[in-house]
Amino acid sequence: MRFAMAIDTRKCVGCSDCVVACQTENAVPIGYCRDWIVEVNDGTYPQLVMEIRSERCNHCSNSPCVRCCPTGASHYDYGGIVLVTPHKCIGCGACIASCPYDARYPHPKGYVDKCTFCVHRVKEGLPPACVAVCPTKCLYFGDTDDPRSEISLVLKKRKYKRLIPEAGTNPNLYFLI
Amino acid sequence: MNRRNFIRISTLGAGGAMFGSIGFGSGREPSLIDRLTGNVHPEESKYIRTPTYCEICFWKCAGWVYKNDQGEIWKIIGNENDPHCNGRLCPRGTGGVGMYYDQDRLKTPLIRTGRKGKQEFKRASWDEALDFVAKKLDFIGKKYGPETVALITHGSGGKLLTTLMKAYGSDSIAGPSYAQCKGPREVAFGLTFGTGLESPEPTDIRDTRCLVLIGSHLGENMHNTQVQEMADAIDRGATIITVDPRYSTVASKSKFWLPIKPATDIALLLAWTNVIVSNGWYDKDYVEKYTTGFDKLKEYIRPFTPEWAYGITTLDPNMIRDTAKEMANASPAVIIHPGRHVTWYGDDTQRSRAIAILNALLGSWGRRGGFYLPELKEIPEYPHPPFPPVNKSWRDILGGQYPFAELPLANAIVDGSIPGNLKDFQYRGWIVNGSNLNMTMPDTRKTLEAIQQLELLVVIDTMPMEITGWADVILPECTYLERYDVLRNDHNREPVIALRMPATEPKYDTRPDWWIVKELASKMGLGRYFDWKSFEGFLDYKLKRMGSSLEEMKKIGVKKYERTSGDLYFSADNPPVFDTPSGKIELYSSQLEQAGFDPFPRFTPHEEPPEGFYRLNYGRTQSHTFSRTSNNPNLSAIMPENLVWVNPKVAANWQLKEGQEVWLKNQDGSTTSFPAKVRITERIRWDSVYIVHGFGHTNPLLTRAYGKGVSDAALITKILIDPVMGATGMRGNFVTFLTENPDKEVKA
Repeated sequence: MRFAMAIDTRKCVGCSDCVVACQTENAVPIGYCRDWIVEVNDGTYPQLVMEIRSERCNHCSNSPCVRCCPTGASHYDYGGIVLVTPHKCIGCGACIASCPYDARYPHPKGYVDKCTFCVHRVKEGLPPACVAVCPTKCLYFGDTDDPRSEISLVLKKRKYKRLIPEAGTNPNLYFLI
Repeated sequence: MNRRNFIRISTLGAGGAMFGSIGFGSGREPSLIDRLTGNVHPEESKYIRTPTYCEICFWKCAGWVYKNDQGEIWKIIGNENDPHCNGRLCPRGTGGVGMYYDQDRLKTPLIRTGRKGKQEFKRASWDEALDFVAKKLDFIGKKYGPETVALITHGSGGKLLTTLMKAYGSDSIAGPSYAQCKGPREVAFGLTFGTGLESPEPTDIRDTRCLVLIGSHLGENMHNTQVQEMADAIDRGATIITVDPRYSTVASKSKFWLPIKPATDIALLLAWTNVIVSNGWYDKDYVEKYTTGFDKLKEYIRPFTPEWAYGITTLDPNMIRDTAKEMANASPAVIIHPGRHVTWYGDDTQRSRAIAILNALLGSWGRRGGFYLPELKEIPEYPHPPFPPVNKSWRDILGGQYPFAELPLANAIVDGSIPGNLKDFQYRGWIVNGSNLNMTMPDTRKTLEAIQQLELLVVIDTMPMEITGWADVILPECTYLERYDVLRNDHNREPVIALRMPATEPKYDTRPDWWIVKELASKMGLGRYFDWKSFEGFLDYKLKRMGSSLEEMKKIGVKKYERTSGDLYFSADNPPVFDTPSGKIELYSSQLEQAGFDPFPRFTPHEEPPEGFYRLNYGRTQSHTFSRTSNNPNLSAIMPENLVWVNPKVAANWQLKEGQEVWLKNQDGSTTSFPAKVRITERIRWDSVYIVHGFGHTNPLLTRAYGKGVSDAALITKILIDPVMGATGMRGNFVTFLTENPDKEVKA
């Protein structure tokens, strides 16, 4: 089992609903976030292109954050989801420095926090909060090891890219283009 | 490199923040952290959920309010069964919890002690505050007549307040949602098809093959189901054509983006009509059967070629032809979207008429993929005595101006409150509910001038706003998460109703709107109009007569009904009915002609920005609803302030740097109270600037929103009134940049 997410940049309007839904679902303190929106513009008026992406932890299969964690707080969990065990985290920040995606933040309670793919929901058979709320349905979540899953099918059908592949982390976020 | 902007929003936590020093050993509470890290598995069902419908915007999506294991409001999730949201709220609805948790909320009734506009109030009991209001209304009613009191409202509290006003004897009941927003298109579609559009608009985006957006930034305005259906349309490969001087979000997703010169839309619409008529691309059968005035249109439209429009709009004639062809190919599954906020240049009814005519030619009205035929569930009235006659109705007060206004105009109430503006009439009191008029109405100075003339200003709101600072009495309403309200019944593909019930007790000394109205009515001697023992009983009375009950609605939140008016589209079994004088779609409007207006839309050049000034363009953002959400903790975290969008060429001329603070000054010398940061972007034309509406709060009681960004209302002092129906065109204002604070007294 290998959980992954695909983000359809053709549909995403960058509304930040994923950010707010994550915040309420996971009680992320106001002023912090586990997911965010990136807008990239190119060209000169009126020849313009824009890409909008909903981003979060890439739950890399080869995660530098897991490798560098001195206490084992950062670890691979259910379906390859990368998690932090708060009570094992000493807040050293090595994982924050190692993450090429800038996906982690120091929680005011003293541990490092980040996207969990809403593992508590996934274990209940529910999609992550961001996926469930997205008004444009631009987020696909599922098991890429299952060839019949919605995400496997959409990745078969559509062109996609992954971010910073050169970091060699084998990320599990796919951006449909 | 310098051509590439990289904007990452909502990255508040990453990088900058320091580690907290709080440990997580013995003292930590396990539940929340364990839950969020997956150590405990919540079952959705074990949490208590109560139905609601959202009050953050007019879309009013139904949802479920969940509480956490401490019994606190935790999250709001869309109701899967609701056609307004299909189980998916927008960011504002999701962030609705912030409205409840905002510590800046109004907490007790307040009565003003100092002079108007000074934040000097004394705390009052509900009894005192309502007594004050009742006595003052009695005084005004006796001295000037009850018709001199107006209600200006936005939101679900309006319905019961409307009953109270009618019982009192006034029908000057206005929402800025009409004359400052969608009024002109309602009138234009009414004149053409015999029905307006209302809300949600019956655009059949779900099945469309071509969606045309003219200055409508769907996806930045989160009109929920329209955005959802647009995303589906993108998946299905439908064509989107966007006309906007700004490279809007949806422009980036469109097959065609027409970067039109601002204020020239009617020229484009006429050129499209010309191409479609002269090439015979219109729906001949539909036009012949259902419309009148086509021959006159054919004659009228002849000169308005794409080449003619090119000189006005700066749009390539071939692009105009190609897009017209694209629409014709999709016909009748094509939508020339009527937009929502359409009060732009004072000829807005005519522009909306041009849109209506184009839809008629393409046969999209009443057709799959065009406009569906919506249906509304009739909600039975709770019995009450008949209303007294109104001494002078809002229409009489207008005195023959704006003959096609269907509803009272908020701007006419503001104007009519200033002495000398109307012969023999002056408004003396306002009750304002959920509408921050200082920022909602154009020209803040004029609004304040009117307020200062009033003998009574009652404001009912959940938050301190600019207008509450000017109130004589502030009545703090509890938020929608803490109260019952009237049933939601907007029209839709199928009739549907929704219930809002309290998820929790009201915080602070706040009360639901129904309670405020009932108590006030009894103090005014009008209790017989609200002759129910409990509001639950009031709702149950209605629901029992609709084949449901409060008991049932508490469990399901949303109830759909079978259609009784026939098919969703015109068909042999469902022949069209047009409620116009001719019984047909009126391409040529004899009604307009008889009233002395152009029977066909005409392009009139609008004023251009003077040297060194730029057209002020404004709009929406996904995470806010006007000025009402700027202080919401969850939503202000997403977007705390508005930025001034400036084209790089303009920025270079002014030597403006990204993120630099500037004040804006308009053509009349009116300046913003605060500066806004510059966003240098190719997404805006060199002849205009863009800001998101709703920022620049001047009330320091809004601790998050105070002084953040700028208010467009202060810059919109030139108001282009639509002579047809009286709406306030607001896009004829021009601004320039000030790099120094123009008012040293104001601290930013």
